[in-house]
Amino acid sequence: MHVIVVGLSHKTAPVEIREKLAVPESRLREALSRLCTYPGVREGLLLSTCNRVEVYAVVEDLEGGYGRVQEFLADTHLSLSSEHLTPHLYWHAGDRAISHLFRVASSLDSMIVGESQILGQIKDAYEVALTHKASGLLLNKIVKKAISVAKRVRTETKIAETAVSVSYAAVELAKKIFSNLTEKTVLLIGAGEMAKLAARHLIANGVRQVRITTRNLQHGLELAQKFNGTAVPFEDYKTELATADIVLVSTGASHYLVTADDVQRAMRQRMNRPMFLIDISVPRNIDPAVRPIDDAFLFDIDDLHMRVEQNREDRLREAAKAEQMVVEEVAVLGQWLQSLEVTPTIVALRGRTEEIKRREVEKVLARLAHLSSEDRAAVEALASAIVNKMVHGAMVTLKAEATSSSGAAYVDAARRFFSLEDTPPAYPPAQTEVQDGSESSGTGNGANRFSEESLVQHTTKEQSRRVS
Amino acid sequence: MSSVFFMLTMGLYFVSTVCYLAYLLRRAETLSKVSLGITAAGFATHTVALVARMADSSQAQLPTFHEALSFFSWMLILVFLAVEYRRQLHVLGSFIVPLALVSLVTAAAFRSDGASSLQPVFKTLWVHVTLSMLGTVGFAVAFVAGVMYLIQDGLLKSKRFNVLYAKLPALDYLDHLNQQSIVMGFPLLTLGIISGAFSAEIVRGSYVNWNPEQTWAMVTWGFYFAVLVGRLTIGWRAKRAAYLTIIGFAGVILTLIGVVLKSHGSVS
Repeated sequence: MHVIVVGLSHKTAPVEIREKLAVPESRLREALSRLCTYPGVREGLLLSTCNRVEVYAVVEDLEGGYGRVQEFLADTHLSLSSEHLTPHLYWHAGDRAISHLFRVASSLDSMIVGESQILGQIKDAYEVALTHKASGLLLNKIVKKAISVAKRVRTETKIAETAVSVSYAAVELAKKIFSNLTEKTVLLIGAGEMAKLAARHLIANGVRQVRITTRNLQHGLELAQKFNGTAVPFEDYKTELATADIVLVSTGASHYLVTADDVQRAMRQRMNRPMFLIDISVPRNIDPAVRPIDDAFLFDIDDLHMRVEQNREDRLREAAKAEQMVVEEVAVLGQWLQSLEVTPTIVALRGRTEEIKRREVEKVLARLAHLSSEDRAAVEALASAIVNKMVHGAMVTLKAEATSSSGAAYVDAARRFFSLEDTPPAYPPAQTEVQDGSESSGTGNGANRFSEESLVQHTTKEQSRRVS
Repeated sequence: MSSVFFMLTMGLYFVSTVCYLAYLLRRAETLSKVSLGITAAGFATHTVALVARMADSSQAQLPTFHEALSFFSWMLILVFLAVEYRRQLHVLGSFIVPLALVSLVTAAAFRSDGASSLQPVFKTLWVHVTLSMLGTVGFAVAFVAGVMYLIQDGLLKSKRFNVLYAKLPALDYLDHLNQQSIVMGFPLLTLGIISGAFSAEIVRGSYVNWNPEQTWAMVTWGFYFAVLVGRLTIGWRAKRAAYLTIIGFAGVILTLIGVVLKSHGSVS
């Protein structure tokens, strides 16, 4: 029995290949049942996002298994052939396959290290596999463990704490000026893509007042509706400055729309309440002469880029810690997997019963000191006979089922019935399925599913959910 | 007994000051927990030292500069522990604990044993000193908030996103802390000055005699009054408020030095 993974990701395959291979949610069920019909494939899980397509499977023999899964992948799209795929695929088995899943779940293998969407996507994939009974004892344990490892990485390292996109960096900076964004007003001048994204993040972080002004009033009204804000005539943007705590500017104008005088005037009206100005336009729309004005904080696109670059370095440092955690967790799970081998279980079972027998016989013989040596031998023989007959059935079944599809389940059951836990197998802490299932149902629905991993700009799960 | 605990407190505050200063420069968050633990231990021994000192002087005693400063330092730490408990603002310790240490070391320099000559009338002097010191604690916290504000403001303006930037809270929180501290400190100082006038009347027969110390106290009072009113009416907030509270606290320190010099002058 081998745990394997075969797949490709943004690291090994261009988007042209990935998009062909990607399995839409509607076809996931069909694909999974097809996977399980391949001979020798015992369990399967299909993870398909816009950045990776991977098949995790439990197979009887390694080489055959690799071949089957590759065949399965090639069959998902008419225009793909096995030869076509081979250069882009990776194959891992055993500890390496498990380690791969842990790294993927912890977002160490993501395009943006530390992003949080992938965990939701794995939960979704697992839920589908679970409802279609494609995943069994081994994958259940491994995937649940992967989810808990990812959570551990998230809480014990700062991998997801910093902004890694320009639009999110604006939120991070805003939080260093305003401790609470709920009472703040955002003024959006112009509607460049990045500014819209930044506004979205600000709203997700509590901002409720959004005022929008664009040259095209119709466009402004549409945006206002989208952001639940108010459209303001473009001519009035200078007077609007006084009431805005956060000003996001991105227009196509080739001159400075906001000058130092404008800001100075606004600051006087605001009685020096701090003001955060973000200029995402190139060429710039806010005069850099605004910078020295007290309590006005101006950041342009380069400043935001610089912040993102620094954060990226921080994340890499945290990623190193996370890698170490993955190594530890793989070792723990590896022990459990080993314990599922039939032979060591039989040996352990024999050892356990022998030990019980020996202890009980010694106890009895100590009290019956008057017995002759023949009688003593008879007592021992009796004990042996009872013990052996008791476990005989279990041993035979274990051996017989060793190669069957439910072999691992039998071994697991035997270990529990006979309390063989004190020997190597350290059980990974069990997690409740229901909880994971219900949590995952909130993420990655339908159309979003394939765009999320690449679009992630967020730091925490809640934020990302509110945004999407 | 009080002196043993006093020395112990100084030692603990010294160690926690070192830890808190190191915390400013390091990424490790564990350092803040260690520092907090040491500070809390110091606060406990400090409390014992203060209580023991009170118990020592069975009779009403003239409040000395030593007691006033030691009490000031104790209150500072109390305020810090309260803010830390509510807001988990570890970095505040890096600013307040050193200040508490400095005031405690200064207190040590003025420590004298044995009760001085006493009359019960000095009880009003105790009220005066306690209230004035509580007011001063408010101004000290405002001062610390102002310093933190200016640092964070400078880091944001110069776009230096370093460890300190990450640890310091949002500007408007610091401004809020600044305002709150003055709002609390100002009435206490006012009461302190009024009770001071009463004790002056008892001791010297006149409420006000405009000696340099009293004059300074009135100037300080007027200054903080202006700071409070200015914030509400003409926008003396944010960076301006930070500068003003730093200047104001310097005034408070000068007044205190004046008090010390005068009392020493009168003793010798």
